[in-house]
Amino acid sequence: MSATANKSSKLGTTSPPLSGERLVELYRTMVLSRYLDERVWLLNRQGKAAIAASAQGHEAAQVACIEATDPSKDHYLTYYRQFTAMMALGTEPEEMLRGFLAKDGDPMSAARQFPLHGAHPRVDLFNFSNVIATQLPQAAGVALADKLRGDDAVTIVFFGDGAASQGDTHEAMNFAGIRKLPIVFFCENNRYAISVPLNKQMAVDTVASRAAGYGFPGVQVDGTDVVAVYEATQAAVNRARAGDGPTLIEVSVERLQPHTTDDDHTRYRSPEDIAQMANKDPVKITSETLRRRDLLTEAEDEAIHAEAKRRVNVATDTVDAEPYPDTETMFDHVTSNRDEGGS
Amino acid sequence: MPEQTVIEAVRDTMRAEMRRDESVILLGEDVGLRGGVFLATDGFIEEFGEDRVIDTPLAESLICGLALGAAVNGMRPLAEIQFADFVWPAINQLVGEAARVRYGTNGVKTAPMTIRVPYGGGVRGGLYHSQSIEVLFAHTPGLTVVAPATPYDAKGLLASAIRSDDPVIVLEHKRTYRLVKGEVPIEDYTIPIGRAEIKRPGSEMTIVTYGLMLHYALQAAETVSEQGLDVEVLDLRTLRPLDADAIAESVSRTGKVLIVQEDTPAVSISSEVAAIVGERCFFDLDGPITRLTAPELPPMPFSPLQEAAFMPSPEKIVAAIAKLAEL
Repeated sequence: MSATANKSSKLGTTSPPLSGERLVELYRTMVLSRYLDERVWLLNRQGKAAIAASAQGHEAAQVACIEATDPSKDHYLTYYRQFTAMMALGTEPEEMLRGFLAKDGDPMSAARQFPLHGAHPRVDLFNFSNVIATQLPQAAGVALADKLRGDDAVTIVFFGDGAASQGDTHEAMNFAGIRKLPIVFFCENNRYAISVPLNKQMAVDTVASRAAGYGFPGVQVDGTDVVAVYEATQAAVNRARAGDGPTLIEVSVERLQPHTTDDDHTRYRSPEDIAQMANKDPVKITSETLRRRDLLTEAEDEAIHAEAKRRVNVATDTVDAEPYPDTETMFDHVTSNRDEGGS
Repeated sequence: MPEQTVIEAVRDTMRAEMRRDESVILLGEDVGLRGGVFLATDGFIEEFGEDRVIDTPLAESLICGLALGAAVNGMRPLAEIQFADFVWPAINQLVGEAARVRYGTNGVKTAPMTIRVPYGGGVRGGLYHSQSIEVLFAHTPGLTVVAPATPYDAKGLLASAIRSDDPVIVLEHKRTYRLVKGEVPIEDYTIPIGRAEIKRPGSEMTIVTYGLMLHYALQAAETVSEQGLDVEVLDLRTLRPLDADAIAESVSRTGKVLIVQEDTPAVSISSEVAAIVGERCFFDLDGPITRLTAPELPPMPFSPLQEAAFMPSPEKIVAAIAKLAEL
């Protein structure tokens, strides 16, 4: 944790310490996300979901980060592995599945884009591109607009270790530092850019250490520890709201599944590397933590799992039976002038 | 009506739009105290302050990414790319991202942003200060591309661009900045995007053109009028969407078309205009669809004789008119 953490907010409300009750709620979201994530992979193998990227292994980091923010006013620029973050922001399983199955009513892009991509209809979540790191300069622009207006909003931009190699990441962090923008750079480092391991991506040990080059703090946090990620994000969000500028948070996580449903990580990860991940499963770790702290009984844990399974089954049956969007809708929303077309 | 140069019209229009709408913010390299390398933003930082006149680091992808982010969060960013030749690092943020914000979010988000891009040659700019880059943008669904050639059109189209809810690329030909003068009303007005204009009416041939070449075409038309040839000059003004109706109407009426552009010919604006004419005017044509363009070379040589040989000129246009008229 950085020395700049835990500075109290001058503007807006400071989110409280994480209660036992909220911890259980976050765990509930993680479990639901895990079951739905696994279901999507099954639907892919059945030929119903064309492509999926999994958040398995990233769940604790994502729910904890979102918990430390204020969805009623903050902005979220995410990338393709933000499955759990989207659920933490209130996206229903049916809405998620409409994206994965490209069905009518997909709330993000009307099923034009890859699953989860587009803009959320209820919170300011913009998960736009598959071109890595494009969201970072855009997030700086979102934060710039807030700062110019004096709005009490923070922008959280998510990216992976792969994105850390892009020029857009450097350009965005440099500018955010110069203008002290109200932004949190949230890097989910799972040590692989598809197949390329960290030591072929960077000559330093951490992404967080690069923050020094931009004039703001960088912290590295265990991404399986809900409380640690929550506290780090809370400190960064408070710092941003107070007008003190950006923070780079790097959470260390494991990517439990291959890059996407089209990938096979046994081609580039050793059996030992794959085996050790079982000890870093955030769902298992959080369950054990809650049980150890007497916040959850075995029976309650089983009930959470049973309910998640039921919920996913209901959503699957519902969305599987739904239609695809009308072909004609593909002509909507190209520009503000609907007559444009042809040349 | 006062007479202005193109750069004066651009400057006054930006200033008026920034006074009119607080959400218009300026982003670019050297747009602050320097006032922009062409002085398009001369005096702006003094009037609007450092919050609204943002000297960015030297990073074009950043400039356009910032503009996009600010645009989806309630601003109307007005960004300057210093020279068109430097826009390539930002292509992904414009072509890959901004162009499809509305489409990729099913209309939940829009990107009302304007990118001003000084382009074109004839200024001894060599390979990296002369390029015509319009084709890549004009090819992209979701983008709007305007290329005003006169002070009057520069004001009206820039105002329309800034007020548009879509990303608009405004191409300003560098050579016209101080070369071209014209009357510009002081009062507020806009010019509809997507409308070409007949800049000189005529009956025997249509020249379809845009940018600096408009002025060369008008000179050439004047020259051949002394020899009794009555040539119409159609200024495209907007390159996406092209005004296919105006092109078809004029060419169908005159029966001959000469398309003049400074850009290289392969897969260019002239190719698209030729396709429109082929599709819509086939039975009205009494001569081959003809193009006068730069040669198929990387634009453009620095050395003066080679630069002049590269660029279309009034004399070359006169020759092309004469050849087509004889057919």
